[in-house]
Amino acid sequence: MEALSTFGQLLVAGLLTGLVFALVAVGLTLVYGVMDVVNFAHGEFLMLAMYAAFGLALVGIGPLVGLPLVAIALFLFGIVVYRLFIRRLLAGPPEATVFGTFGLLVLMQGLAQALFTSDYRSVPDPPFAATLHLGALALPQAALVEGLGAIVLTGALFAFIEYAPAGRAMRAVSEDRTAATLMGIDVQRINTLAFGLGAACAGAAGALLVLSNPAYPTVGASFALTAFVVVALGGFGSIAGALLGALVVGVLEVLGGYYLSPELKMVPVYLAYLVVVLARPQGLLGRR
Amino acid sequence: MSARALAAVLAAAFGLTVLPGGAPRAADPPEIVIGSVLPLTGASAQTGAGLRAAQQLAVDLINGHVTYPLPAVGHSGLPHLGHARIRIVFADSQGKPDQARAAAEELISQEHAVALIGAYISSTTATASQVAERAGIPFLNPDSSSPGLTARGLHWFFRTTPNDATFAENFYQFLADVERTRKQKTVVKKIAIVGEDGLFGTGAGDAETSIGTQRGYTIATRVAYPSTTTEVNAEVQRVKSAAPDAIMMASYLPDALLFMRGFKDQGVQPQAILAQDAGFVDPGFIRTLGPDAEGVFTREVFSLDIKHRNHAVPLIDQLFRLRFAGKPLDGNTARDFMGVLVLADAIDRAGSTQPDAIRAALAATNIPGDLTLMPWSSIRFDAQGQNIGGAGIIEQIQDGKYETVWPFDVAVKPVVWPMPAWKH
Repeated sequence: MEALSTFGQLLVAGLLTGLVFALVAVGLTLVYGVMDVVNFAHGEFLMLAMYAAFGLALVGIGPLVGLPLVAIALFLFGIVVYRLFIRRLLAGPPEATVFGTFGLLVLMQGLAQALFTSDYRSVPDPPFAATLHLGALALPQAALVEGLGAIVLTGALFAFIEYAPAGRAMRAVSEDRTAATLMGIDVQRINTLAFGLGAACAGAAGALLVLSNPAYPTVGASFALTAFVVVALGGFGSIAGALLGALVVGVLEVLGGYYLSPELKMVPVYLAYLVVVLARPQGLLGRR
Repeated sequence: MSARALAAVLAAAFGLTVLPGGAPRAADPPEIVIGSVLPLTGASAQTGAGLRAAQQLAVDLINGHVTYPLPAVGHSGLPHLGHARIRIVFADSQGKPDQARAAAEELISQEHAVALIGAYISSTTATASQVAERAGIPFLNPDSSSPGLTARGLHWFFRTTPNDATFAENFYQFLADVERTRKQKTVVKKIAIVGEDGLFGTGAGDAETSIGTQRGYTIATRVAYPSTTTEVNAEVQRVKSAAPDAIMMASYLPDALLFMRGFKDQGVQPQAILAQDAGFVDPGFIRTLGPDAEGVFTREVFSLDIKHRNHAVPLIDQLFRLRFAGKPLDGNTARDFMGVLVLADAIDRAGSTQPDAIRAALAATNIPGDLTLMPWSSIRFDAQGQNIGGAGIIEQIQDGKYETVWPFDVAVKPVVWPMPAWKH
C-alpha cells in the first residue's frame, strides 16, 4: 500500500514535471517546424522572460497577470531578433544558424551576468505556494498552475497552426518553402511570425516558471537541455509530439530518480531517446 | 664663465636637486611584496573585488599605526624588519586554473613576491600553490574549503580556513552539544545526507557520512543529485522513505528551494535540517520561503555576532564598508583579511624575507582565537599546513533572521529544537 501510494505520487509528479518541460519545448519545436532552425538561444529567451516576470512582480504585477505582458514583450523581442539577425543567418549556409543562435546564447548569458549579476532573483512571497492534498497525493499548487498553463498553451498553439489562416500558411511554409512562395505566401512574414510566436511561448513559460524557480543568468540552460531531448524524442516540429515527449521524459526522470538513483535519473530518459532515435529517427510524432 | 665652470655649476645644481630626493630614499626601510592571486574578472569577479578590498585594508592597517586586538597591525610596518612596509600586488586568475598558474608565476618572477596568498576558488588555489611549491615560496590560502588541498603533501602550503571536513565535524559536535543540554536523551539517530553531485556536495557528503558513521549514527540515505536539475521529486521521496531524524544538505539556491518546498509538500518532518551554507544563506532563501524557512540550521564561517568575543569585528566591518560600497564584512572577506595578517605576522617573526625563515615562522604560528575576527579557537598549523584551530558557527533562522546559536560562547540566541512543524 505504502509502495503503491509512493508510485502514484511519483507518477503524478512525473506528469506535472513533464508539463513544465512541454511549456519550454513547444516554442522550440514551433520555430524548428516552420524554419528548420534549432534556436540554441531558446533557453536564454526563457531566462529573459523570467527576469521580466520577476521585474513585474517587484512593481506589484503578479506572474499570472504579468504573463500576457511578458509574452507580448518576448513576441516583439523575437521579431526584432529575427529581423536583425536570424534573417541574415538564413541567407548563409545551414551551419550559420547553429553558430549564430549559439553565439546569441553566449551573448545573452554574458549580458545578463553583466546587467543583473549572477545573484538569484526569486519572486518574493509568490502566489500558489500552498499544497493541494487529494487522498494520499500531495500536489503543489504552483506545479498544477504551471501544468495547466502548459496544456492551455500547447492547445492554443496546436489550434492556431491547424485552423488559423496564418497557422495554415506556416504549415505550408514548413512543408514546401518554394511551393508556398509560388502560392503567394510571404515567407519572410511567416518566418517573422513563427519566430515571434516561439519567443512568446518562452515568455509565457518564463512567467509561469518564476512561480517555483528563481531567475539567474544560466537558468535557461538547465531547462533548455531537457527541452532539446523532449523535442528530439517527440519529433522535431511537432507540437503534439513535444507534449507527448515531455510527459515521457518527466515520468521517466522522476521514476528513474527514485527506483534507480537520483544521480542516474537522466539515464532512462536518454535510453528512451536512443531507442526512439534508432527505431523511429523522426521522433514519436514527427513526420518525414 | 668658462665651459668648465659652467659644467661645475650645473653639476652642483643637478646634484643638489637630485640628492634630497635620492638620499633619504636609500635610508627608507625596504618594501616587502606579497603577491595575491584572485578572480578579479569572470563569474566570480564580484567576490574577487571584495576579497581584494579586504586584503588591501589588512595591508594598510599593518602599515598604519592604529592598534586593534589583532596580530601584526598598528606597528607602522613590520617592527622586526626595521618597520618595512608591506606592498600587496594583485594578479587576476579569471577564476581559471591555468590562468591562476600564470598569475602566480608572474608574481614570483616579475614582482619578486616573498610569499603568495589566494586564490578563493579551490581549483585555482591548487594550481597557483603548485607554482609556489616549485619556486620554494610560502603560499597562504585563507579561503578555499576543498579538503583535498591540504592532502597533497606540499611543503610550502598553509591554509587558515577550516575545510569541509571540519564543518561536517561541527555538525556532529553541535548535535552532541544539543543532546547534552536537553532534558530528553538521544534525539537524533538516523541521518539523511543530501547534496548536489559536484565537488562541493560530494566533498561535504563524504565527510558527513564517514564522521557520522564513526560516531555511531545511522546514515539512512545518501542522495546525490545533478546540480542543474529542475525538479527533485524522486530525491524528496527517497528522503521521505528513509524517515530521518535530521537531514544534512549541501545545495545551491534553486535546488535548496526545490527541496524545502518538496519536504513541505510531502510532509517530510525531521527534527532538524542542517545545511552547508551556499543556497541556504543566499538572501533569496528567506525572502522566497518566508515562514517555511523557519528553524533551518546552516553553518557559516563568520558572523558579525563574533563582536562579543573580539570588539575589533565591528570596527573592521566599518572600515571595510567605507571602502567597499557599504557592503558588510562577510565570511569570505573576513577570512582574507585574517590571511594577510597571519602572513605578515609570520614574516615579522621571521625577521627576514628568506623563504625558509618565513616558512619556519608560519609553521610556528600560534595566534589565540580571540585575537582573530573568526570563530576559531586558535591559528596553529599541522604538518599538512592545515589550521587545526578552525571551526565554523551554526546559525538558525529564527523570526526571519539568521541568529548564531553555536558554539554556545558566541551564540546570541538559544537553539530552537526541534524545528517547527510545516504550516499549511
